[in-house]
Amino acid sequence: MSRQVQGQAVDVSEGQDRLRFEQLVLPHLDAAFNLARWILRGRTDAEDVAQEAMLRALRFFRGFHGGDARSWLLQIVRNSCYTWLEKNRPMELATEFDEELFPQSAVTPESLAIAGDNRERLTRALEDLPPRFREVLVLRELEGCSYKEIATITSMPIGTVMSALARARQRLRLLIQGRQVGNQEAKREL
Amino acid sequence: MSCELTHSVLHGYVDGELDAARAADFERHLLSCAECVASLEAQETLRSSIQGAGLYERAPVTLRRRLEGELGAGAQGSTARVVAMPPAAWRWLAIAATILLAGVLGWRVISGVREPSMEASYAPAIVDAHLRSLQAGHLEDVVSTDQHTVKPWFDGRLDFAPPVHDFAAEGFPLQGGRLDVVRGRTVAVLVYGRRKHIVNVFIWPTKERDSAPQTGSQLGYNWIDWRKDGMELSAVSDVSPNDLKELQRLIQQ
Repeated sequence: MSRQVQGQAVDVSEGQDRLRFEQLVLPHLDAAFNLARWILRGRTDAEDVAQEAMLRALRFFRGFHGGDARSWLLQIVRNSCYTWLEKNRPMELATEFDEELFPQSAVTPESLAIAGDNRERLTRALEDLPPRFREVLVLRELEGCSYKEIATITSMPIGTVMSALARARQRLRLLIQGRQVGNQEAKREL
Repeated sequence: MSCELTHSVLHGYVDGELDAARAADFERHLLSCAECVASLEAQETLRSSIQGAGLYERAPVTLRRRLEGELGAGAQGSTARVVAMPPAAWRWLAIAATILLAGVLGWRVISGVREPSMEASYAPAIVDAHLRSLQAGHLEDVVSTDQHTVKPWFDGRLDFAPPVHDFAAEGFPLQGGRLDVVRGRTVAVLVYGRRKHIVNVFIWPTKERDSAPQTGSQLGYNWIDWRKDGMELSAVSDVSPNDLKELQRLIQQ
């Protein structure tokens, strides 16, 4: 008898956890998928890793004692992404950005505006950034996270978040301009 | 000469992360530093390019379905958490639990008989319609933040007049409206923004009595449903249940 009741008690509190999980965490599924998609640079892998991360989040959910559910979830998603990269594409984590390849040229807002009209070009430039820079940009510009939230998600000090964002934006600009210069040269050759 | 601030503080400023004193310092600095002014302009252009390029990628429906399968029926809600206690207490607990369980089941059965709950009837169809509207790029048929444009648009398309109001001042700007079909019935849909999120409010006529707001969630989307003056309204979104309650209050006030 008592064993049976114990079983029901476990079911009841498990059900309650799942309900809370559905209300607090599941609404951030888009954020989870978007972050995974940009760290992994692909939708198919992102779908698998985001699903795995959601299920991990459900398992760890007892350890979540309120607070910012999105940051809590994105931290798990990010860790899942890096674990996946280490296992499947370790080279990506090793590549460092070679600034020599992208000599700095004069930056004009106009040239950036032209580049910005092109979703494809921006996507490629973002994907060419090292993952550590890409993730801070995605969290800031696409997800609208504050520095504090980014610090929580990436386990970086807030000061480092600011300098990482500064470097990431600088490099993104170089990449966009590099492309434009490249395109112009290609046109001239034709 | 390269200004050091261009590579650090400027970004905190662009992101609105400096406290008032540091922001004021930086603004004074801008008066005398052409490099920072140019860089600030470039950063703002870059930001609007990124944000305007539609780079955010929402979770595909297949992923939602897979998760729904994994979460299973356990997500139906429950009543109590039981803490550890000495074995002698189990007998009493058993009795209490039985009564509690009977009560819950009884309540569900009775409430099920009295009026079919939203969850059992429309919720899946409404959430599906919400998802379709996000995926297919078919959010609004009439795009307007002006209630006086949206309201007449529905005239002649529906045999009822949905209440159309803009709540931009309260943080729910009206974005437009459209017609949708939910379980074979044509419904009016008002689209509201909430920060970066979308709220769909489905509205259709009903013969049922008025009912207080009922809330729930499905596939990670929250909904709130109520009936008032011969209309049933269902708001669906990925915003928090509290935001939905706030919108419900605004619509009904």
